[in-house]
Amino acid sequence: MGLIEAIILSVLAASTPLLLAATGELVTERSGVLNLGVEGMMIVGAACGFGGAWLSGSIIVGALCGMVAGILMSLIFALMALGLAVNQVATGLALTILGIGLSGLIGAGFVGERITPAPHLHIPGLSDIPLAGRILFGEDGFIYLSIALVVGVWWFLYRTRAGLILRACGDNHISAHALGYPVLRIRLYAVMFGGACAGLAGAYLPLAYTPFFIPGMTAGRGWIALALTVFASWRPARLVVGAYLFGAVTILQLHAQGAGIGIPSQFMSSLPYLATIIVLVLLSRARTGGSTAPAALGTVFVPDR
Amino acid sequence: MLDTTSAAQHTGATPLLQTVGLTKRYGTFLANDKIDLEIRPQQIHALLGENGAGKSTLVKAIYGLIQPSEGEIRWQGRTIVLSGPSDARAHGIGMVFQHFSLFDNLTVAENVALGLDGKEAFRDISARLEQVSRTYGLPLDPKREVWQLSVGERQRIEIVRALMQTPQFLILDEPTAVLTPQEADQLFTVLDRLKAEGRAILYISHKLEEVKRLCDTATILRGGRKVETCNPKAETAASLARMMVGGEIKEVKAAASRQITVPRLLVNDLSLAPDDPHGVRLEHISFELRGGEILGIAGVAGNGQDELFAALSGERLAKDPGTIVIDGHAAGHLSITKRRRLGAAFIPEERLGHGTAPRMRLSENALLTGHAIGNMVLHGFVNTAATLKTVDLTTETFDVRKAKRDPEAASLSGGNLQKFIVGREILRDPVVLIVNQPTWGVDAGAAAVIRQALLDLAAGGAAVLVTSQDLDELAEITDRIAVMFHGRLSVPVPTREASRETLGLLMGGSSIEAAETAHATRA
Repeated sequence: MGLIEAIILSVLAASTPLLLAATGELVTERSGVLNLGVEGMMIVGAACGFGGAWLSGSIIVGALCGMVAGILMSLIFALMALGLAVNQVATGLALTILGIGLSGLIGAGFVGERITPAPHLHIPGLSDIPLAGRILFGEDGFIYLSIALVVGVWWFLYRTRAGLILRACGDNHISAHALGYPVLRIRLYAVMFGGACAGLAGAYLPLAYTPFFIPGMTAGRGWIALALTVFASWRPARLVVGAYLFGAVTILQLHAQGAGIGIPSQFMSSLPYLATIIVLVLLSRARTGGSTAPAALGTVFVPDR
Repeated sequence: MLDTTSAAQHTGATPLLQTVGLTKRYGTFLANDKIDLEIRPQQIHALLGENGAGKSTLVKAIYGLIQPSEGEIRWQGRTIVLSGPSDARAHGIGMVFQHFSLFDNLTVAENVALGLDGKEAFRDISARLEQVSRTYGLPLDPKREVWQLSVGERQRIEIVRALMQTPQFLILDEPTAVLTPQEADQLFTVLDRLKAEGRAILYISHKLEEVKRLCDTATILRGGRKVETCNPKAETAASLARMMVGGEIKEVKAAASRQITVPRLLVNDLSLAPDDPHGVRLEHISFELRGGEILGIAGVAGNGQDELFAALSGERLAKDPGTIVIDGHAAGHLSITKRRRLGAAFIPEERLGHGTAPRMRLSENALLTGHAIGNMVLHGFVNTAATLKTVDLTTETFDVRKAKRDPEAASLSGGNLQKFIVGREILRDPVVLIVNQPTWGVDAGAAAVIRQALLDLAAGGAAVLVTSQDLDELAEITDRIAVMFHGRLSVPVPTREASRETLGLLMGGSSIEAAETAHATRA
């Protein structure tokens, strides 16, 4: 296996949790809800995902456990931010703090354990083609799933009536309510979808990336996923580009350190955030009108009776 | 007392829609108290009342947005319970909202699709949209996004969307509030056509002349109760207003003679690029405003009025100090506070969030604009006694009704808050007052108080600049009038000599010469 191939494979693996979590957050934000608790939902997903896989011996059961954990976390957020109309930023931050603590508690019994990581696809012939074969036909299932998920979300948002209604809620919840759409219920579903994706993204880490659980193993990936949705200006296609770009930066930083290149690693780690800021500036300069962000993003909605 | 002939013409059929004893309670507050309403096919039925009379509550109940506490709604003689707007639409009830229920970042076709409940494919919706908009002479491009459209076009979307449900009964909430006279005429043509097709319309409007011209029947609400059903054509605007208010409205009276003195506000060739992508560029604006004079600026919203207000108030600074001269001092480069010290006062359009900080008390809001002069701040400390005194004085002079001495701004009703804001500025005795939409969404009683205050201020020697979309208001109080279109301001003409039609054409973008020729040929 050549160095190039190794780098590409590790970039794909590093990008997948970002892509999964950001896709979920994109749907949540498109409905008008800003859930800053992605990091918290991910880390709980990681702990529960590993626990599920370790106890059952099945990667699929582990992934499902991660998703369910993410949904449960998102329900706490939904109860506060949608049910009680609490400030979404504060609730999201609290959810992250809660998640970090909770995952340590859940995962305490699993630290030091190992599982067999998710198997990689192998199609005789195709997977053996040099370079491309291994990259295209030899990945773990999560990577294919993440691509399918983005395509599905794109199709849902732009090609279905339900997707149109979801975007409408994110653009103007007062209008959506006046037309008779159940804004809070639609947002609840979007938040739960975001939770499931974040939980799955978290579970990917101990199930496929490194076959063990350590506390705090998401290491800020949830925050990068949040930055990514902004970077992608809430569009699924740009999300794919952004996720692989951000994934590449994190991997190249490791290789740069290994090769002894004298750029401080802290600078490299901050690149995704810097890139997001630059993209935001460019977008707002190039904008001719309209709003790139969902117009109702982060605003509280209380229907009248 | 009642003229019942027009109602009698239709009594053969059962009413299309009927509310029987409809009551809506919010806690102990009765928003609607046993309202009986009858609407027949081929009827344009006006619903009149002051702000807070219960009009919105009633139509929301009819459209299924809220559930009545008591009473029932009957559709073609049968009692129905509406679980939501889609239920109402399924029966054939459509609604055009006052504050449009549109989505700025979605296309026209998507907006229309969201208002339809059918299983219609998106492509078919686009096709039918074009067909309906052509049939009724309401042109729309399905592919454009709403934020790119004018207010008139936005309303067209609302109306076309409602028509695409082929409603038997259409509710229109203040549809002409934001339209030019010509656009309003086009709307009336559409409404007459709908009536001829056998549909019924419930029409809410503050413009009584319009109601007299268009509507067959009028129901008047006051304080949540129905006070009268009458034929508006047999009433005068004054008698309708009396029924709405439940007493005489004080007539606004200008002082017999006003002394026009020295120029207090000069604007010299003011041009300013917008600071946000939706904004309008101000182009070569020049006018002179003298003491004792009221100048009106007419125009459809979004033609640069907000930008002009920001430039005059100092929210945005002009490059050249000389472009704005307040009471003899070049002020284009000065901050809001410094302009206030020169004797200027400013009243923006938006009451909550711009004119006042909603969650702050009135006394704190008095301080926010009053700190520059007077004794509200002593050695860096707030003089609470002085701020409270301002609140009391404003309350007394302008009849501001509120629950306690110093409540939060957001707790006041629109009319009372506007009286407070106008009073706060006027009591500082400004030499120049710049006011944007002084009586927007304010009921008739409060509007009369505010207009009188502006006239009195001018009579006292101040220069007043009033921007308004309400031509009747401008005709009532201004001496001269100019029209704003696409960031340009027409040359002010004496209000007496400005015909509605000429102003309407100017508001639609015709040049002065073209507008006058058109008016002359038609007359």
